[in-house]
Amino acid sequence: MNFQRIRKNTLFSASLSRYFENKIYNLIKKKKIKFPVYFSAGKEYVACTIANIFKSKKIKPMIFGQHRGHSIYIGFGGDLKKLALEFIGDKKGCTYGMGGSLSIHSEKVKMYGHDGFMGSNVCIGVGMSFATKYPAIIFIGDAAFEEDYVLATISWVAKKKIPCLFVVEDNNYAITTSKQDRRDWTVKNISKAFGIESYDFSDDPKLIYENLKNYNFKKPRMINIHTNRLYWHSGAGIDNKKTFDRLEHEIKKIGKKGFEINQLAKSQIDNIFKNLI
Amino acid sequence: MRKNITLRQEISSITKKHLKKYKSFVFGQNLLGVGQVNGTLPKELQEKNGIIDLPMADVAGGGIVAGAALSMKKPIYIIRYQGYNWFNMVFIINYACKSFDIWKIPAPIFIRGVSNEGCVGPVAGSAQLSLFYKMPGIKIFSPFTPHEYRKVYQEFVKDNSVYYVSEHRKSYDNLFSTKNILKKNSDITIILNSITRESATKINFYFHKSKHKVSIIHLYKLKPFNFSNSEKKTINQTKKLILICDNDYEDGLPAIIKSKVCDLTKCPKIKILGLPYKTAGHHPKKDVVPPNAKKIIKTIEKFLERKD
Repeated sequence: MNFQRIRKNTLFSASLSRYFENKIYNLIKKKKIKFPVYFSAGKEYVACTIANIFKSKKIKPMIFGQHRGHSIYIGFGGDLKKLALEFIGDKKGCTYGMGGSLSIHSEKVKMYGHDGFMGSNVCIGVGMSFATKYPAIIFIGDAAFEEDYVLATISWVAKKKIPCLFVVEDNNYAITTSKQDRRDWTVKNISKAFGIESYDFSDDPKLIYENLKNYNFKKPRMINIHTNRLYWHSGAGIDNKKTFDRLEHEIKKIGKKGFEINQLAKSQIDNIFKNLI
Repeated sequence: MRKNITLRQEISSITKKHLKKYKSFVFGQNLLGVGQVNGTLPKELQEKNGIIDLPMADVAGGGIVAGAALSMKKPIYIIRYQGYNWFNMVFIINYACKSFDIWKIPAPIFIRGVSNEGCVGPVAGSAQLSLFYKMPGIKIFSPFTPHEYRKVYQEFVKDNSVYYVSEHRKSYDNLFSTKNILKKNSDITIILNSITRESATKINFYFHKSKHKVSIIHLYKLKPFNFSNSEKKTINQTKKLILICDNDYEDGLPAIIKSKVCDLTKCPKIKILGLPYKTAGHHPKKDVVPPNAKKIIKTIEKFLERKD
């Protein structure tokens, strides 16, 4: 496994996700999309880095995401055109026009759709992984982790040693309420108390890589990754223009090549949306 | 010839074969403890055979089973009291039941919801089916005999839907099948469901001596709801119909079934009888239980006397 290659591939998939969402953002502004859309913008690096690590390890786990899942779908290689069609309710969309923004699904990348109940994907993914003994990655937010059924399920995962990697995309907010107003415990400490290996770090791709490079689903693991939400909880709007943007940071860090990769992703998205919506 | 076995033995035998055939699971709480769910689980089966004790977390449990169902291993899920449907059914209804419609991935589950009545207080008693009867993707049955149970299971095996099978603890010793009594131009047709079916013999015997012509229909296929042609014919010819439901308030399952009967038949006068409309207490004096034969007979007599 070569981190530099993973870093460039991640930049490409994160850029695809960002440009895809920018198109959707504009369509919402023009009132061409009128249902709730939950953007991944700002946190693309979490799913995209993880996806590229497991691609390079040639492991293809089942994926259980929830709302704000565009970057998961795109990072793991979901069909972009099919995702775009989902936003116009087309039956050729990745979820046959039924999924909108939050219930997206892909047979190709083994991504299972979400029903809209925050954190239900923890129970669903664990059940499927238990029944099949097949590895699963389950993505949730820091607020979903507070759901009672999530905590109960995590305790069972530890007892049964179910091959699941839990990824908490911690943007600090439950809609608009910050973590410090909601709880005095951490995901890492609670998971540890249940007997699950757990870690806490930022969405720096190097840190994600270091944590997962030797992980092979032999036992469950919990990683809480601090990240940011660039747009509103739902819909097209910006909470804080000064929010740190991992994607911009990575483009600058990689330099000229980074800018080229980013522009390549832009042209691919432009082509997909041409004549589509 | 098939040997007569009790409903308890039938469920146990179905479970054993099902686990073997589908390499499936029976999920639930306290399954491996004493009792084996009133003897309905084969004693010799353990976790390695697919009997899986879930944590005592009802909402999570339903979700884990909904996830396991995506594997197409057709898991069985036991809800030990139907009062716990309030917790257990959330993800089954909102994920497993919708999974095929949204994602084209079926998630079939055979749910055994165990009902009970008497001295179980405000929560654990009653058949809590009306909570989710309205929701798409679920089929609901209340088999009361080994034959009916077998038929429901055989349909489930061929189907990819979620099945909710409402069981009554008092039915586990039942041995024999029951038959409808269908008469031409009856004065009244009585539809009985679940535990109230125990009263059928007494009701029939009582009215056999009276001047009234009485038909009796045993109901166990609750959703999708339909009648056989002969049942429809009987109802269309009857003067009055009374629908007596198991442990649910009249605004729940009885009202739902009544509207179905109205849609499917031409019967002009329908009465429903369910649980008294009050909160149950634990002491027998304060309890809320389904109508027994005496109460059913009294209600039918009054209804027959009514001239409106």
